[in-house]
Amino acid sequence: MTDPIYKTDALIAEDIDAYLEKHQHKTMLRFITCGSVDDGKSTLIGRLLYDSKMIFEDQLEALSNDSKKVGTQGQEIDFALLVDGLAAEREQGITIDVAYRFFATESRKFIVADCPGHEQYTRNMVTGASTADLACILIDARKGVLVQTKRHSFLCHQLGIKNLVLAVNKMDLIDYDQAKYDAIIADYQAFAESIGIESFTAIPISGLAGDNITTKSDNTAWYGGPTLMEHLEAVEVRSEVNLHKPFRMPVQWVNRPNLDFRGFSGQIATGSVKPGDSVRSLPSGKTSTVKSIVTFDGDLEEGVAGQSVTITLEDEIDCSRGDVLATADAPPEVADQFESTLVWMDEEPLVVGRAYWMKIGTQMVSVTVAEPKYEININDPSGEGSHLAVKTLDLNAIGVAEITTDKQIVFEAYADNRALGGFILIDKISNRTVGAGMLHFSLRRAQNVHWQAVDITRDDHAAMKNQRPRVLWFTGLSGSGKSTIANEVEKKLAMMNRHTFLLDGDNVRHGLNKDLGFTESDRIENIRRIGEVAKLMTDAGLIVLTAFISPFRADRQLVRDMMGEGEFIEIHVDTPLEVAEARDVKGLYKKAREGKLKNFTGIDSPYEEPASPEIRVNTVAMSPEEAANYIIEQILPLK
Amino acid sequence: MSLTHLQRLEAESIHIMREVVSEAEKPVMLYSIGKDSAVMLHLAKKAFYPSPPPFPLLHVDTTWKFQDMYALREKSAEEAGMELLVHRNPEAQEMGINPFDHGPLHTDMWKTQGLKQALDKYGFDAAFGGARRDEEKSRAKERIFSFRTASHGWDPKSQRPELWNLYNARKKKGESIRVFPLSNWTELDIWQYIHLENIEIVPLYYSAKRPTFEFEGGLFMADDIERLEKVMGHRPEITERSIRFRTLGCFPLTGAVESEAATLPEIIQEMLLTTTSERQGRVIDKDSGDASMEKKKQEGYF
Repeated sequence: MTDPIYKTDALIAEDIDAYLEKHQHKTMLRFITCGSVDDGKSTLIGRLLYDSKMIFEDQLEALSNDSKKVGTQGQEIDFALLVDGLAAEREQGITIDVAYRFFATESRKFIVADCPGHEQYTRNMVTGASTADLACILIDARKGVLVQTKRHSFLCHQLGIKNLVLAVNKMDLIDYDQAKYDAIIADYQAFAESIGIESFTAIPISGLAGDNITTKSDNTAWYGGPTLMEHLEAVEVRSEVNLHKPFRMPVQWVNRPNLDFRGFSGQIATGSVKPGDSVRSLPSGKTSTVKSIVTFDGDLEEGVAGQSVTITLEDEIDCSRGDVLATADAPPEVADQFESTLVWMDEEPLVVGRAYWMKIGTQMVSVTVAEPKYEININDPSGEGSHLAVKTLDLNAIGVAEITTDKQIVFEAYADNRALGGFILIDKISNRTVGAGMLHFSLRRAQNVHWQAVDITRDDHAAMKNQRPRVLWFTGLSGSGKSTIANEVEKKLAMMNRHTFLLDGDNVRHGLNKDLGFTESDRIENIRRIGEVAKLMTDAGLIVLTAFISPFRADRQLVRDMMGEGEFIEIHVDTPLEVAEARDVKGLYKKAREGKLKNFTGIDSPYEEPASPEIRVNTVAMSPEEAANYIIEQILPLK
Repeated sequence: MSLTHLQRLEAESIHIMREVVSEAEKPVMLYSIGKDSAVMLHLAKKAFYPSPPPFPLLHVDTTWKFQDMYALREKSAEEAGMELLVHRNPEAQEMGINPFDHGPLHTDMWKTQGLKQALDKYGFDAAFGGARRDEEKSRAKERIFSFRTASHGWDPKSQRPELWNLYNARKKKGESIRVFPLSNWTELDIWQYIHLENIEIVPLYYSAKRPTFEFEGGLFMADDIERLEKVMGHRPEITERSIRFRTLGCFPLTGAVESEAATLPEIIQEMLLTTTSERQGRVIDKDSGDASMEKKKQEGYF
């Protein structure tokens, strides 16, 4: 075992203030290590921690004991044990999740994401790569470039990591043979070029013996490049790169302590900003001038990429969470349809057409994914069969697909800006993070869906009917009186010569939605279709009345988001559960109580009351007739 | 201009806190009065300035903290303009649970159960904690947003993937998230930041002459000798020593170290020259073998 190279700085003992001064100006580099199960990742990281003196004596003692008990290195220290954290994986002898490790040298602090090499854990590697400035890909010198090597390199490249290190490990086991090393590099070079990797740095190392980790090894006299640590200390970090791009800041939170202060808080993603700069808020496109850049430590003369700040503007413009402040003359694009690369991360495969939540920057929107154009064969991303025809994406699959958001979002290509191009997908029911993706470019709808150009417009339809089209969305418990009241309202509107249509739950289930059951995903699809139909009817100029329990806020919001401003009127038919259950017109509550009917709203499935419906009618206090009159009053004028 | 590592860590922690405030319905900050809590509170003040942090502080008290800690708790909350909530597990109080007679049960009842009770009582759906990934092996794999079931359980195998700086804070009613804004800080980062930002910490971190006693091979401070005598059944032999603490918990569970480090630079100096890790002074990690912290977390401990 070699001595730690990063010995305690003499300054610590002699002049701690000078030491602190020096160490307060370190930069920070995040990197990932990836490789196959036996390539020695954990050993390498353990070695880096050990060499940079991040292992304390008590840990070392424990490690030494563990090494003898469960280690794989005989009486020697097994560095891997230092890194493999969770009890479950200790037993299995493999790393099963991303673990983050820390060490520091004279000039830098490092955060290492230890990424597992097992095939089924692609998602962990992508997770680790998403925040990395650099990737260190380990190769076992005895085995050369493997399928895993290609897969990991490909994923790192997809995630936009520009700094790739090819660490050819276990050189001690091939007697530091230069010819073998060169052959591996040539092999890798050919592969790297085929998938578009422009450059990489190859280093011959031994994690176990310590060759070329922190000091140049005499065993590889033929190697003239940097040691791994030298390279890690010299590489340019991404925040430096981001600084030279145009200013963008996703707004996280509007800071409003009192009426005199209104600031927009966020972390600057790229570029820099100064008071007096002209900025644009997107998607609205409104412009203003930066008044001040506020921080706890005083106003800044300049805010730069990576900093968390609060910006105040000269004008009162509409700007809130999800919006992006950008330099006025070079703003990012706004669009709602994209080509993207998706990585699927959930046991349950992608459901094409289902609405997922998409979080991108600070924007949260509803999104649907089209059938993938192809899945990428990550085991052979450069080969003839690299594009696989698929209908969906399974766990750990990576593919290219078009996605459509329910409203316009601010974005940039991932290659230009990770903060506005990287996104996650969240299942609306389970709330799990099911996928991640990278936007490449927007698709103009015309290129895709080919909207039929019509001469009789939506406004023409409405004008002919002498009314303003709207959706009156009745929501409430089963037996609350939705259908009865909606029917009353429609009769009254008919008497007023208005053109209406009533969509009723049971009727729709018999036709349009008869292929749908009552699972959660079917329920969402049921509401989505009703929403789409209602939208088409408003295009035709109709006043649409719908009567569905629609118990979940998210679903109702989905429909609301489809409609034009002010066209969605949410009407809460507010009836207490006891009253609805006592009425039990269809005998459903009884069945549900007896357990014969599962997922029944109010009994074993929740009803989420509208927080602020446009209209609320209390059916205990009002008769259906009174409720209908009240609703009509609220929606006047009709034109 | 390139940001230093401390500036980047600060910006990341602030970003995390703002995400929580934007996406959670009722967040709270767990405040343990230790140095990590002090840094976390300081970052919260920065994140929302000029507004005060828009959530309360919660101290899950065991009644066995050092007197100096209680004093700083009140002061810090007031200076930050934040509401301070203190919860003590009434069952533990009634049963007189203490670290001498009850061993691991002390931590379970006062801290693990106490925390769950407090979160349920106030209906908090997101709780900030000051844990760091460098503290302990099972922490190294925990997410920044750590999802908990309605019964506060943690399942290390079904953690949500966490990419870029996109945190998924969505959850069902009753479920909650624990959020660790200091995940990527190391012990040295914390000390350097306290030094740089001039953050007030409990005086016990600084060396001074204090009354001490030895117990089961460790060195402890006699913070409340009357009470100690009552639970120990005898009056321990008290010696004045120059000591300080590298980590603060319940006074009979937190070992002191003999030290002359009376200033922050001296503390950092001592830390850098020392060869034992921070948690060594805490009994909690050792009480059921190697995987004890992981087990505690699955049961709902922070």
